[in-house]
Amino acid sequence: MAGKPLQAPAAGTGRDVAVQPPGERKIRPRRHPWRWAGVAVLAILAAMLAHSFASDQAFDWGVVGQYMTAGPVLDGLLTTIELTAITMAIGIAGGVLIAAMRLSPNPVLSRVAWFYVWLLRSVPLLVQLLFWYNLGALYPRLSFGVPFGPALVSAGSNTLISPFAAAILGLGLHEVAYMAEIFRGGILSVPHGQTEAALSLGMTRRVALFRIVLPQAVRVVIPPTGSEVINVVKGSALVSVITLTDLLYSVQKIYAENYLVIPLLLVAVIWYLILTSLLSAGQYLLERRFGRSLARTPRADWRPWRRGIPPREAS
Amino acid sequence: MNNPAAEAHEPMVRAVGVHKSYGHVPVLNGLTLDVAAGEVLCLLGPSGSGKSTFLRCINHLEVPDSGYITVAGELIGYREQGEFLVEAGERQIARKRAEIGMVFQQFNLFSNKTVLGNLMEAPVRVRREPKAEVEERARANLRRVGLAGLADRYPGQLSGGQQQRVAIARALTMRPKVMLFDEPTSALDPELVGEVLDVMRDLAADGMTMVVVTHEIGFAREVASRVAFLHQGQIAEIGSPASVIEHPSHERTRAFLATVR
Repeated sequence: MAGKPLQAPAAGTGRDVAVQPPGERKIRPRRHPWRWAGVAVLAILAAMLAHSFASDQAFDWGVVGQYMTAGPVLDGLLTTIELTAITMAIGIAGGVLIAAMRLSPNPVLSRVAWFYVWLLRSVPLLVQLLFWYNLGALYPRLSFGVPFGPALVSAGSNTLISPFAAAILGLGLHEVAYMAEIFRGGILSVPHGQTEAALSLGMTRRVALFRIVLPQAVRVVIPPTGSEVINVVKGSALVSVITLTDLLYSVQKIYAENYLVIPLLLVAVIWYLILTSLLSAGQYLLERRFGRSLARTPRADWRPWRRGIPPREAS
Repeated sequence: MNNPAAEAHEPMVRAVGVHKSYGHVPVLNGLTLDVAAGEVLCLLGPSGSGKSTFLRCINHLEVPDSGYITVAGELIGYREQGEFLVEAGERQIARKRAEIGMVFQQFNLFSNKTVLGNLMEAPVRVRREPKAEVEERARANLRRVGLAGLADRYPGQLSGGQQQRVAIARALTMRPKVMLFDEPTSALDPELVGEVLDVMRDLAADGMTMVVVTHEIGFAREVASRVAFLHQGQIAEIGSPASVIEHPSHERTRAFLATVR
């Protein structure tokens, strides 16, 4: 056995094998032939799919290209982006508020928050949108004034709640419920000792939450929030039922006239893909930004072929 | 507070008949205790004897079921109204806590802030003190605990001993009247315990009033003005380190010291 020093000793018989000084034995990384086989299979499938896309008449790429930047489509795209931005702004602000209420020692606030989340998560979003859109049928006039007393300001529901306002109400209030649960999870992920230390230094619960706990919760909150933004981009397509011309409804209106259904749906699909890709990239950058203070080890390179290669010294 | 003569006689911490139970399990059974200004009191006792709970009652992180505690002559967590003690509002409790420094077993440094940020957060946000002034004081306190060079590091980049020294400096930057230590060395590797105890010894020599829950008998014997042994939520024995540690009179104290040594 001593004649074959490079061979690893069999279990239990290592005693008489000459021990090599460290550093003389080279390590060869494990090979992964099946990964390459998988890549080959996927490449063939992708080529078949691409061929079908390119050659099939129904796709009609010329029409797709023509409508990608058509005025009504861009208007619809803008509406979708506006809806998403406003919905997420409401969702995040309201979500922090409801999460803080839910975790408050005040039982009234805590139960109100629980009820809100229960109600808004239980009713389908489509139903909520229809409800806000048809609010005029339930309360023809909305007024602001003394409870059970005279009204100070009053307006007709249908003038006050446009399709856009109904969409914002429906999407926004629904989103608040989901974001509240995400923030609650984030807050609970921060060790309780952080709050205790803050309180022991004389901070109130509110200051401790906003200055100490929430900044640490953000790191945990970003990935599910990224998913939520993408959900809202796609969920906003539901507003076509309340006659709001978002991206989907704008292409529906066009193909209702020219019957080019598939090419126009492709226009919408491509725009949705572009939007979500941009959002995913944004999420990646945010995660990198907020991971900084906690990073101990350098993170893996995003390019798989560079993994395992030591990064250059940080400048 | 307004009468300096009265303050001189007033103990820095006074606990009167403090009871606390979790559900049906009593943790503190009418604990009564005075800590004089400048005194270092070490609390010893087996786990479950109520030492940490008592410490956390002093700054109202735990709320006693009955009894009361004063720090520098002021009630903690209540205000007096005739013959009643009325629960105080959150702001009032926070103001009192700002005068009581606390050091935790798990350090609890704010992991999203640098070392200097940890020290400056409360004086700037809570007390609204000018930043430049606070920074000067914070850097002086970091020098005092021997970590002047680490002001811009994040807690995750420090050893346990360094983190605990930062935690002490953070509490000191609020200029507390009392310092509470809740097993400050129990989460540390043995070779790091000494550096934290050195800082505490230095603080004690400077005349800081300290209440220390610890298992470091050597530290208690050397630094404490008095040592209290807690058993079943009451003080079984209290006195000079020499009397309690070297010549314990209570049978339970003897049994405990035998296991710790």
